[in-house]
Amino acid sequence: MLKEIFNKQTKWSVMRNLIFKEIDDLIIDSLGIVAFISFFVGGVVSIQTALNLTNPLIPKYLIGFATRQSVILEFAPTFISVIMAGKMGSFITSSIGTMRVTEQIDALEVMGVNSLNYLVFPKIIALLFYPFVIGISMFLGVLGGWIAGVYGGFTSSAEFINGAQMQFIPFHIVYAFIKTIIFALLLATIPSFHGYYMKGGALEVGKASTVSFVWTSVSIILFNYILTQLLLGS
Amino acid sequence: MIEVKNVEKSFGESKILKGVSTVFETGKTNLIIGQSGSGKTVLLKSLLGIHKPEVGTISFDGRIYSELDDDEKRELRTEIGMVFQGSALFDSMTVAENVAFPLRMFTNKSKPEIKERVDFVLERVALKDAHHKLPSEISGGMQKRVAIARAIVNNPKYLFCDEPNSGLDPNTSILIDNLIKEITEEYNITTVINTHDMNSVMEIGEKILFLKNGLKAWEGTKEEIFKTDNEAVVAFVYSSNLFKKVREAHLKGY
Repeated sequence: MLKEIFNKQTKWSVMRNLIFKEIDDLIIDSLGIVAFISFFVGGVVSIQTALNLTNPLIPKYLIGFATRQSVILEFAPTFISVIMAGKMGSFITSSIGTMRVTEQIDALEVMGVNSLNYLVFPKIIALLFYPFVIGISMFLGVLGGWIAGVYGGFTSSAEFINGAQMQFIPFHIVYAFIKTIIFALLLATIPSFHGYYMKGGALEVGKASTVSFVWTSVSIILFNYILTQLLLGS
Repeated sequence: MIEVKNVEKSFGESKILKGVSTVFETGKTNLIIGQSGSGKTVLLKSLLGIHKPEVGTISFDGRIYSELDDDEKRELRTEIGMVFQGSALFDSMTVAENVAFPLRMFTNKSKPEIKERVDFVLERVALKDAHHKLPSEISGGMQKRVAIARAIVNNPKYLFCDEPNSGLDPNTSILIDNLIKEITEEYNITTVINTHDMNSVMEIGEKILFLKNGLKAWEGTKEEIFKTDNEAVVAFVYSSNLFKKVREAHLKGY
């Protein structure tokens, strides 16, 4: 399948429009939900950390530190990707699956179009912008933590910002974005595979979407473990 | 002209086509008929290159499909128009975008040239005012006409239709049949229609291939189908009282 995606390229003038459409459907349309979830989960991480710091000897700036580390290392790249496996993945599987059921993929093939290239390649290119979504998630997660921490009365602004800047390791950002790019490829290819090769009718489209979500999530969690071990564990 | 020679196709243990040979002539509406499971769709999909026969050859005006390289196959496919049973219109595109699709993909025509051609074929199928509508906003009969417009927009040499009348009312069916026949004659293309519709057989069947259990059981014209005493054809085509009476009347010379 992967080889065929990059074979017999669709005419550039057509492909360009497809890529813009996929960026709109997959990236732009996801920004709202990602912003909402990131902001509030960042806030909850901040509050939970504050409530668990019961020992008066532990400094309050740890709230900012813990929020930053949780959001940048795990929440934004990994858990937003699992959520996107549901949103983007289901959309990809059901839209390609519906095209399969209604013979639209057969129509492309009969016309001489490489349907895998036409349908999957623009999704892969669009998801190269996925790190942009995760970057926004990181920023809003920490912002949510700061607002919840400061306006909830758990810490001062100076302490939170001090903690958020403390022992900052730039490689953690690199690590998070390496993970994000791998997850983007998983998000584009696994749901496409389940949609493209599905058989049956409308009921099977629903089943394929569910199976695709499960496999994409499992793959993200497994790759998260492997990449963490490879990039941070050695 | 499409020449089918001794084509066999199996799926697992089940042999669907058991050595079918026939010729689909240019400028004529060639019909494939037969009961469900007789191998009609498999034969049509073999003609389209979706299924690869294990035995036999299919040649398009002398070009044997299985002997063509990938580029030649792609070139040949641009000469094929297909009307799918469910129309298979791209539901994210408007009617005009659907019809323009083969031109945008396979030609270097400018936008005004594409628009002119799309306007022409949409007018040809009597859908002048549907340009900006989505497939979901038009009726089944209109969708079929859009599918025909998309199939002919790039001046194909070969037109394939899979059950073009399924799900349509009798009036719309006749309209679609006549449209396909007119287009076939007008552009002198080789049209192959897979159908269950006996009205189509009587109206536009210039060459009829009857399949039974994966074998060619009979072939002839719509005039010959009235006179045949082939039991399988008679049992299939004249299964309804209406068509029995039509046949009797025809044989009596009414």
